[in-house]
Amino acid sequence: MEFKNTKGIFLQIADSISEKVVEGKYPPGEKIPSVRDLAAEMGVNPNTVMRTYSELQTREIIDNKRGVGYYVSADAVEIIRKWKRKEFFEIELPLIVRQTRILDITLDELKPYFESPINSNPHENQ
Amino acid sequence: MIQIKDLHFAYPRQQALFNSLSVHLEAGSITGLLGKNGAGKTSLLKLLTGLLHPVSGELSVMDHQPRKREVSLLNDIYMVPEEFFFPSISIRDYVKAYTPFYPRFDHELLDRILIEFELGNERKLQRLSHGQKKKFLIAFALATRCRLLVLDEPTNGLDIPSKALFRKILAGSLDEDQLVLISTHQVKDVENLIDKIIILDNGEVIFHQTIQEISQKVAFISGTSEEREEAIYSEAVPGGYRLMIPNGLEETEVDIELLFNAITNGHKIG
Repeated sequence: MEFKNTKGIFLQIADSISEKVVEGKYPPGEKIPSVRDLAAEMGVNPNTVMRTYSELQTREIIDNKRGVGYYVSADAVEIIRKWKRKEFFEIELPLIVRQTRILDITLDELKPYFESPINSNPHENQ
Repeated sequence: MIQIKDLHFAYPRQQALFNSLSVHLEAGSITGLLGKNGAGKTSLLKLLTGLLHPVSGELSVMDHQPRKREVSLLNDIYMVPEEFFFPSISIRDYVKAYTPFYPRFDHELLDRILIEFELGNERKLQRLSHGQKKKFLIAFALATRCRLLVLDEPTNGLDIPSKALFRKILAGSLDEDQLVLISTHQVKDVENLIDKIIILDNGEVIFHQTIQEISQKVAFISGTSEEREEAIYSEAVPGGYRLMIPNGLEETEVDIELLFNAITNGHKIG
């Protein structure tokens, strides 16, 4: 029962850049790598990276300063959170719900996982 | 950059390989040329580079007819063949002897790639392993900065780290006015590197689309036998099925092997 599928590569790259923005590795106002540099770093087609950058630009996560490069926008973190939350409720959560129904997992069983501190797994302590 | 129309080609005393081949290619792409054994991939590459001559039809590369072998075309084309022979000289001497043919040759790029591939200038070409020779040829090809680069099975013979290195170097050293045509069976090696796929089958181009077009039309997922019902094409794998389905919610990674098998088995994705 495998429901998770691999996202298109241009979306994977968008996710990894977004993650770095949210984690503070690329703070607002920071310049991100050029299309060519990122393509070379990952061994990915430059046109694919270009597509990622246009997507991030459309979402106003990065700005293109003509002739200079791409910069993280001021509201990037907020925009990414909103985008990822929407994705969570529309794509990821339905899969989890489906899986819990198939496996007969109740809300009560899940509760400890949400109440315990991050990085600890109640399952291991049972 | 490449225009082929109604190309007819046959080897002497043999059935025609191409009866009416047509394809049009522009610069700014790394295109994967796929096809079964004997589909004519290498023959097509040789026609493009003037090593074979068409029987009839139109074939132009950068507004030249390759069969005329004009210098102004040949100094802008580089082909890395599957099989090759080197004289018994050092890398340095080879570079000195062959770079004058390529006006855009970039020595700095060559040195950078040779260092990445761990190939010293003093090494004798004939003493290198097959994989090392291949890496030298790829380095030389990229450094020519020719507008048309033709790579026939470039990852054959490369060790595991070199394959990733090959992708990084290629992705990072091209200009937008270049076209790279990669013929290969090792699709995993060029996954994410190519942005366009051409499939050659029975002497014809039966498929020609960008990765973006493909991933917008179809999705590649793992699934159960019930999901198989709605699939355009499916293959059994351990744990279930690999499925090619009409794209719904989100783009997935393109499974080139599955796509290839679907297309060569007569399925269409629109």
